[in-house]
Amino acid sequence: MATEILMPALSPTMEEGTLSKWLVKEGDDVAAGDVIAEIETDKATMEVEAVDEGKVGRISVAEGTEGVKVNTVIAVLVEEGESADDVAVNTTPADEQLSSSEKTEAPVQEAGSAASAPAAPAAAIADDPDIPSGTEMISTTVREALRDAMAEEMRSDDRVFVMGEEVAEYQGAYKITQGLLDEFGAKRVIDTPITEHGFAGIGVGAAMAGLRPIVEFMTFNFAMQAIDQIVNSAAKTLYMSGGQMGAPMVFRGPNGAAARVGAQHSQCYAAWYGHIPGLKVVAPYGAADAKGLLKAAIRDPNPVIFLENEIMYGQSFDVPKMDDFVLPIGKARIQKEGSDVTLVSFGIGMKYAIEAGAALAELGIDAEIIDLRTIRPLDMETVITSIKKTNRCITIEEGFPQSGIGAEIGMQIMQQAFDYLDAPVLRVTGKDVPMPYAANLEKLALPSVDEVVQAARSVTYK
Amino acid sequence: MAKSSTASKSKSSPKKTARQPAAPKTPRPIDFTKEQELKAYRDMLMIRRFEEKAGQLYGMGFIGGFCHLYIGQEAVVTGMQSALIEGDQVITAYRDHGHMLACDMDPKGVMAELTGRQGGYSRGKGGSMHMFSKEKNFYGGHGIVGAQVSLGTGIAFNNNYRENGNVCCTYFGDGASNQGQVYESFNMAKLWSLPVIYIIENNRYAMGTSVTRSSALTDFSRRGCSFNIPGIEVDGMDVRAVQAAGELAADWCRSGKGPIILDMQTYRYRGHSMSDPAKYRTKDEVQKMRAENDPIERVKQRVMQKKWADEDELKAIDKDIRAVVADAAEFAQNDPEPDPAELYTDILLPVAPMTVEA
Repeated sequence: MATEILMPALSPTMEEGTLSKWLVKEGDDVAAGDVIAEIETDKATMEVEAVDEGKVGRISVAEGTEGVKVNTVIAVLVEEGESADDVAVNTTPADEQLSSSEKTEAPVQEAGSAASAPAAPAAAIADDPDIPSGTEMISTTVREALRDAMAEEMRSDDRVFVMGEEVAEYQGAYKITQGLLDEFGAKRVIDTPITEHGFAGIGVGAAMAGLRPIVEFMTFNFAMQAIDQIVNSAAKTLYMSGGQMGAPMVFRGPNGAAARVGAQHSQCYAAWYGHIPGLKVVAPYGAADAKGLLKAAIRDPNPVIFLENEIMYGQSFDVPKMDDFVLPIGKARIQKEGSDVTLVSFGIGMKYAIEAGAALAELGIDAEIIDLRTIRPLDMETVITSIKKTNRCITIEEGFPQSGIGAEIGMQIMQQAFDYLDAPVLRVTGKDVPMPYAANLEKLALPSVDEVVQAARSVTYK
Repeated sequence: MAKSSTASKSKSSPKKTARQPAAPKTPRPIDFTKEQELKAYRDMLMIRRFEEKAGQLYGMGFIGGFCHLYIGQEAVVTGMQSALIEGDQVITAYRDHGHMLACDMDPKGVMAELTGRQGGYSRGKGGSMHMFSKEKNFYGGHGIVGAQVSLGTGIAFNNNYRENGNVCCTYFGDGASNQGQVYESFNMAKLWSLPVIYIIENNRYAMGTSVTRSSALTDFSRRGCSFNIPGIEVDGMDVRAVQAAGELAADWCRSGKGPIILDMQTYRYRGHSMSDPAKYRTKDEVQKMRAENDPIERVKQRVMQKKWADEDELKAIDKDIRAVVADAAEFAQNDPEPDPAELYTDILLPVAPMTVEA
């Protein structure tokens, strides 16, 4: 059977090129892989290899021909006993021919059209579970709540292990893993060298193979060394594998500004990870949420970024005494109901929101306060419902303003509840500067309760 | 300062000369039986014919984006795969078609992924560089140079954690060998004695940069020195040598000695990707390698010499393979593109419903 040799494309964008040289002539024998011609574009010269063995039966495009369209038949190989004359050569590009055997089309340039991308399906997320009446509430620090969450999940699932710097023998740089080494041993509580990129990748590989790693970053500032593994490997593998394998794991550690640690140790990454499809991003404020959401994160079959805050670790909150207290990821919580303005925040930002809410009450402004708890998926339904009631919104976060969580929420409110707004959405954020060290400057760089109060007064015109 | 260093020098007696970790020696190539030779011939030829067809489909516009062909390097995966047991895993970067075929993945599914069709291994959503098969223990197919080394080390961590007796073959190139995370992974793999075979496919060029222009130490078998990981140099153009080294390395890992490095001396005939005119090396260099060292031709010569098969029998094998590859190409060109609804699938897995107990 004769084989047609087509003008190849060197790249998906190439449409035509010059057939600069033939290295064989009609009648020559060639083997698969032999270089038979050279083609040229404005960018490169490339060799054309024979894709099959045979005799060059016909050369249909002479050397030196310019503007040869991709997929034009440039030569025909024949087998022994065949003659080129037996083969009708059509010199138009193959994909323009509509013979019955060649009705396939190369879908090269169609991607750009994107005529009608289907709508993203909405995922239903369960409400918080009811806490039975009479359940005892135990005052617990955020630190203990996080530790308890890990310990409980490690007891119930032996695929769960925790790895990170100083998590085992040192008992945790911030003592979050205190006691875990004693209970679970060195096999499941693993001290790593100081090598974020490496151990994050090892964690992702272990998760792809079926384990349930909890990777602790001493702080999320150091996770920037590992962000390629988090974004390119953990978040995208499920999609790239067509659902065959993913990375069921948790990346956790303190996020955002601690106190007086300067620019490289004081940054909020909520917006960074919130940007990435394939990740879930959780940022709890109190101890009960920290526990219930970390347990959910460890059980979640997807990669979860769990953003904690060093300043919150030692603070105590009531946590229900239940055998298995788990909260849904992706559900905001209304911290306080109100009617005049909605304050939306998460993580340590809730401190400003709660204190501002109290200050506003004294001014006669009844603020509704929403704790997002999860950054991705973002519970806009709860926010929008609130905006429809209060008609005003202030977002509060310690992160930088540009492309931040507040920017996203403001945009979504504009899209979904524009007609309900009685004032522009305002945001209170960290200032657009690297975190300074000096105490007075650091204070200026962070949001303040007063800024929240002023913003609320401005949108309520009081 | 000078004084004190002299003083401490005279005080510290231990010799500090860098020395090669107690490494096993490069084993002799295995004396293949007739069956082994013919299987190797068939397996390598399958990869070559598949890649030639992929190159052809790329040239016709059926395959988009980047497409990195494995032609010339076939002996590496073919020999290594013969050294593995059920459950052992494989992970590599983006020059991955050969690895997938060696893992016994269906050529149709691989080719259809190259053309971005629904019958592809990733249902068209991964492409040439991002393909996986859980069933065949192939963990990708990764587009970030070097990232697969940490991931493969993590897969080996899983083997160690579960004590399943499996090893993870982690492939990377001479180019990736200069990435930082490779050494972070080496350190932890040795520290924790993880069963991982680091296979450096040294094809001499990291895209267009030769090893001598990119690497301070071009003997890649010694790249584990700082971590006491042994390494051996292997003729990656001889499938028998590769299999011998693979068996040695797998035994090494399975006996609890931790990681080992195999420096596979190999060569790619084609450019880095389809759009690479390969001007950084001479035609003579490529031609000489093809003429003298071709892994498939070497098997063919031995088989003919021993009269285990004649030209016609080998041609029959080639014909079989061409038929399989032609089928795969046919399927990959005619299979539909993924349903538009696939845009939003496989981003997150659903969460099991919560149960609450008081």
